[in-house]
Amino acid sequence: MRKIEDILKQYRAGSHENLIPILQDVQAEEGYLSENAIVQIGRFLEMSTTKIYGLATFYDRFRFTPSGRVHMRICDGTTCFINGSEAVIRAIRDNLGIEQGQTTRDGRFSYELTSCMGGCNEGPVVCVGEKFHVHVKAEEVPEMITKLKALADLK
Amino acid sequence: MKGKETNELMTFLTEEVLMHSSDIVPAATAKRLAEIRRDKPSVPVIYISSGSASIIAGSEQSAAAADLYLKDMGISGLIVRTTCHGPAVFEPMVCIHLPGKNKLIFRNITEDKIEATLNGVFHNDMPEEDLVAQSGSTGFEAWHDIPFIEDIPFYRMQKRVVLDNCACFDPESIEEYIARGGYRTFLKTIRNYTHLEVCDLIERSGLRGRSGGGFTTGLKWKYALNSPSDNRYLICNAKESDPGSYADRAVLEGDPHRLIEGICIASYAIGASNAVIFLKTGSPHPLARLRKALEAAREYGIIGHNILSSGFNLDIVIREEAGAFVCGEETALIGSLEGKRGMPELKPPYPTSHGLFGKPTVINNVETLMNVPLIMARGPEWFRTMGTAGSKGTKLFSLGGRGRYTGLIEVEMGTTFRTIVEGISDGIKDGRAFKALQIGGPSGTFITEKNLDLQIDFDLLRAQGIAMGSGGLIIIDETTCMVDFVRYYMEFIHKESCGKCIPCREGTGRMLEILENIIRKPHTEDSNATLERFKGVMQLEIIASVMKDTSLCGLGQTAPNPFISALSNYREEFEEHIFDRRCRANVCRGLRTFSIDVDKCTGCTVCASKCPVNAIYGTRLQPFFVVDDKCIGCGICYDVCKFSAVTVR
Repeated sequence: MRKIEDILKQYRAGSHENLIPILQDVQAEEGYLSENAIVQIGRFLEMSTTKIYGLATFYDRFRFTPSGRVHMRICDGTTCFINGSEAVIRAIRDNLGIEQGQTTRDGRFSYELTSCMGGCNEGPVVCVGEKFHVHVKAEEVPEMITKLKALADLK
Repeated sequence: MKGKETNELMTFLTEEVLMHSSDIVPAATAKRLAEIRRDKPSVPVIYISSGSASIIAGSEQSAAAADLYLKDMGISGLIVRTTCHGPAVFEPMVCIHLPGKNKLIFRNITEDKIEATLNGVFHNDMPEEDLVAQSGSTGFEAWHDIPFIEDIPFYRMQKRVVLDNCACFDPESIEEYIARGGYRTFLKTIRNYTHLEVCDLIERSGLRGRSGGGFTTGLKWKYALNSPSDNRYLICNAKESDPGSYADRAVLEGDPHRLIEGICIASYAIGASNAVIFLKTGSPHPLARLRKALEAAREYGIIGHNILSSGFNLDIVIREEAGAFVCGEETALIGSLEGKRGMPELKPPYPTSHGLFGKPTVINNVETLMNVPLIMARGPEWFRTMGTAGSKGTKLFSLGGRGRYTGLIEVEMGTTFRTIVEGISDGIKDGRAFKALQIGGPSGTFITEKNLDLQIDFDLLRAQGIAMGSGGLIIIDETTCMVDFVRYYMEFIHKESCGKCIPCREGTGRMLEILENIIRKPHTEDSNATLERFKGVMQLEIIASVMKDTSLCGLGQTAPNPFISALSNYREEFEEHIFDRRCRANVCRGLRTFSIDVDKCTGCTVCASKCPVNAIYGTRLQPFFVVDDKCIGCGICYDVCKFSAVTVR
């Protein structure tokens, strides 16, 4: 609870133009936008929560459920696509049984698709935390996820 | 202690270097500057590239390994993290500068290779296979039998003007940028020129917006300057929308201070005291670099209140976008900065008269702004010597895809696409055949073999119906299916359409449905289904033309471009998908059928165990077979078979 108040302190009350940076900060802090946070932001900015939800759902980067302990960012850029990222994305989706923006029931995994991360020569690229998995192949996905499960259990 | 040193250096740089009225600096100052620039290093300097591409390839681990090596060996050396040289295929690149010798450039020096490479260089036993070239200038001893960097086609055919600083210095160090002549242009500009004179100079140089539209930059600035208002805004659009382009972020990472200088000059030219850098989300490295650079510039008094007692105020803030493709469009971008949904508005009024918070606003792309300090320093006439009649200067591209050498490149306007594909990229990887060059991302077009001789020029390309785009070039070879590629772009646009206007919201959805129908696996194959698919393509053409004419913003108007271009150039591929139910690149899952060669299959069971839908049956050590009805065409069996027994049609 403290944290949201600290974030809000950096901004001027009622300044609607700061809504996106505030939401970004809150998400960076908590990993997602909780109902509670949105109500608090709404009170601070004197804005209805419906409007905040309306804005937040328009943009891709906001999520409304906690992310998994292991959060994967999969490049959906054009070069990775040419190098076969679709099969990788499909394999990850089928393996975890979740869509983009969802979290597995055990709370271990979540993933998002991003546009080009700049590693075009190494594609398809999957980024987990600070570590980049490069030249990922669809048939390697089950093995990769098994390894990441161990990582998730450590957290 | 460190704080005091920094302060001294700050006073020295700002007062002695920046405030110096003439270009000639006293000998003592020159010496100090040369030291900061490491012109003649007394210890070995190891430059390790550290842009996003390098970090993904593992440059941070290499840097740590190099540091450990120097410590273990007791060698006093310097490790400098630079940015990408350009060729992403060579990452992580390491460049070693021994005192008195030319620089040596090595490629793909991953963590495990560091020791061998450094050992080789220090003990004069050159590790040949990883060596790319040497780069030197007068006063250094050349290495024998090692090619110069200028002899390598990837570099020779480029004209590196905006990129000239990249890779040879530490982009995070403002001291080094100033020592290399940076920020002096900005100070001269605010002392010697009026707002209008700056706009005039830039207009005379012929600089045109690099984000695709190609509007004359100086003219845009003048419109904003001439709109009466108490405050104006400058927005640097670093939200590279194209999902396959990385040029702007790479150059921003490579030389953040030049971008800041460009923003400073542009803000002065239009009389703006607030500037915003609108940065793409999910790019942590450029963001961190830029934050650091801004902080340093603020510390040195280059941005802030009453900049170096000139009376000009400027504040620059970074805003990270929240993830919406449409926010690359000017009015949507402004909406997003105002804290609204990023939806485009009708133009006019243009942002130059009615922009951010209703004030006159200029939106320039990163590359455009990077050119500004160079033009102000070297004069508009210098800039006019490069390029074609209508398009001056150079253009950055992030070259990706199937080329042999890909990465960030800069070529002079007027260069042909053939030079890029056959010269700089040196053809296609693995000896495959060239199919197309994709330019401009999801709103761009395909350049075929016969169009490769076209010159890069705003007007020439527009006359051919080709959008220049922001700088994404993707080389496609025969392993990519054009129908599938068009579907990928359409899926992207459909996801990103903001939903404000109907042609775009509904049109992209219908186009995607029809394209998916063309590549979907046939459940019942009758003549009617073929006819349906054929009718679908005719309807696609109608939808495309309606979208082009009636969509509100550029996103919808250009969304059908990849489809139109692919259909006119690769019609036979569409026909094969529709009538023969065949994908020549063997990409479309729905159309692939797999079979197992009974003579080659050893019955090792690998394919059966990997098959996600259990469509492969058989007895161990006997040939296996694929059940077509269950097969989803994923191709995993084809990839895992060690005996090439799985064939695809």
